Amino acid sequence: MSLLPISLLTAEAAAHPYRRLVARRILLVLGLGGLLVLSVAIDISLGPARYPLADVVRTILWPADSDVQMRVVIWDIRMPMALMAVTVGGCLSLAGAQMQTILANPLASPFTLGLSAAASFGAALAMVLGVALFPGALALMVPINAFVMAMLAALLIFGLSTLRGVTVETIVLLGIALVFTFNAALALLEYFASEQALAAVVFWTMGSLTKASWTKVAVTAAILLICTPLFARRAWALTAIRLGETRAAAMGVPVRRLRLETLLLVALLAAVPVSFVGTIGFIGIVGPHIARLLLGEDQRFFLPGSILAGALILSATSVLSKAILPGAVLPIGIITALVGVPFFATLIFTHGRRSW
Amino acid sequence: MVTLELKSVEACYGRKAVFAAATTPEIRGGSLTALIGPNAAGKSTLFRRIAGQLRGAGQVRLRGAEPAALRYMPQDTAMTAALTVYEAVILAVKQGQAGWQLSARDLAAVDAVLARLKIGALAELHLAELSGGQRQLVSIAQTLVTRPAVLLMDEPTSALDLYRQYEVLDLLRDYAAETGAVAVLALHDLNQVMRSCATTIAVANGRVEAVGPSREVLTPTLIRRLYGIDARIEACSRGYPMMIVDGPGRA
Repeated sequence: MSLLPISLLTAEAAAHPYRRLVARRILLVLGLGGLLVLSVAIDISLGPARYPLADVVRTILWPADSDVQMRVVIWDIRMPMALMAVTVGGCLSLAGAQMQTILANPLASPFTLGLSAAASFGAALAMVLGVALFPGALALMVPINAFVMAMLAALLIFGLSTLRGVTVETIVLLGIALVFTFNAALALLEYFASEQALAAVVFWTMGSLTKASWTKVAVTAAILLICTPLFARRAWALTAIRLGETRAAAMGVPVRRLRLETLLLVALLAAVPVSFVGTIGFIGIVGPHIARLLLGEDQRFFLPGSILAGALILSATSVLSKAILPGAVLPIGIITALVGVPFFATLIFTHGRRSW
Repeated sequence: MVTLELKSVEACYGRKAVFAAATTPEIRGGSLTALIGPNAAGKSTLFRRIAGQLRGAGQVRLRGAEPAALRYMPQDTAMTAALTVYEAVILAVKQGQAGWQLSARDLAAVDAVLARLKIGALAELHLAELSGGQRQLVSIAQTLVTRPAVLLMDEPTSALDLYRQYEVLDLLRDYAAETGAVAVLALHDLNQVMRSCATTIAVANGRVEAVGPSREVLTPTLIRRLYGIDARIEACSRGYPMMIVDGPGRA
């Protein structure tokens, strides 16, 4: 990501009021990054087995020299979970940010537009009926089903938005209709499910990082690393689209094409993590709003800011989900909203007048 | 000198043509051109067709400037993005450029246009904190900052107070004179048109009704045909032509 060089902070900061604003925003982005690193470190050090922080750091930096049991706990269990929180939080928040951007709607997110509901339905199909939407890999039936359904929902929204005369309001309304449809279908499946399957479905929909693995971390990280530069290249155009379609078009932005390309990337960004961790609804809405409140909507800052804010919330939530009940790991989907809302409300009441 | 000429230009929404073959003589740059007509006459449609946002048959002939040097300013001034005034204007400068960096020249261009519109003091305010009139001035700044050779402005003074209306019209007139730009403004106040615009294009029902020097085009007959209003054109005590409205036309 080609963030503005840090030299700006020193050399030109004093020169122009706008340069000062840019310097302040770079500092905020760096601050978010710093907090994220801190949160991840705490996350890795926490768990049922208590290790001294120094040992944890040593195991991370020099795994070969450390105790075998500790190496397994840190490297194979805690690090995938901690990093999964980062990549999933980043993906979902970025997906929400760009959905809000192209749909001009502060409520747009993978959750509110039905992608999460579709994924839950797909997962439930596997858990309740044993139906594999993609025959073959039976071990991965649940995530693959979830992914297929989420992509189908996203592609439905995408397909609709390619039609002539379809406005952003129509797309948002269709998304909401999708939420209700998939929730009803899910409830129907749950009604007929065995007790065991029902428990599995309910737990899945709560969202959890406990099934994290290095493969899943790699896949979600790859998605993030592919999508981010593609958005970064379109930073000015994406920012302009927030000034309204006509105005963006008047500035030479190919609004329609940009919206479709963005929707496809967003579908990928949302569907993959949701299929791995289940429903974590809060991040996709709040991550971008925090970034917006702190950094504004210039995508040069809003884009990295959204990723970092989403990653930070989920990472901090992961810490809390272990810390609240010692010995137990609460489903992260529950904690995100409970802890995130008071924080978010504070931000809105202190900065709210500036956006939406 | 930049000139703009329309040859049988049609505008289509989808397959439906909403503006019938518009033809104008060469509109010469250097002075303001008014685009007048009743509501829903097709003014915005014609602008969007010239700006390339709508398709349709016919030819928009631009001489002395590249199509990229054309800027259209939409009428809608609603801007809700979480951006400062300065950021909103920078966007217009950087659009179509790849890099994330801003040069000293980019900043100088923004500074200059804000100063010229006397909104430098608003630079660090957020768009949401502005009044409608202030947002319209930001919109004008976004349009002028790239120093376009062709300006198509949809009701650029609709949200401004009386003083600002005349100030902005004078500023635009000076801009056109300095740069030789073609500047077409959709306006409703015919007295402003007679005072500021050398040329007038009158449209109604998706067709061009008249084109020519404002003082020749704006006759009681045309005004009655366009708006259904009985009006006289008289000279004020300082010699400017003034429209005096007698009331809605009697059938």
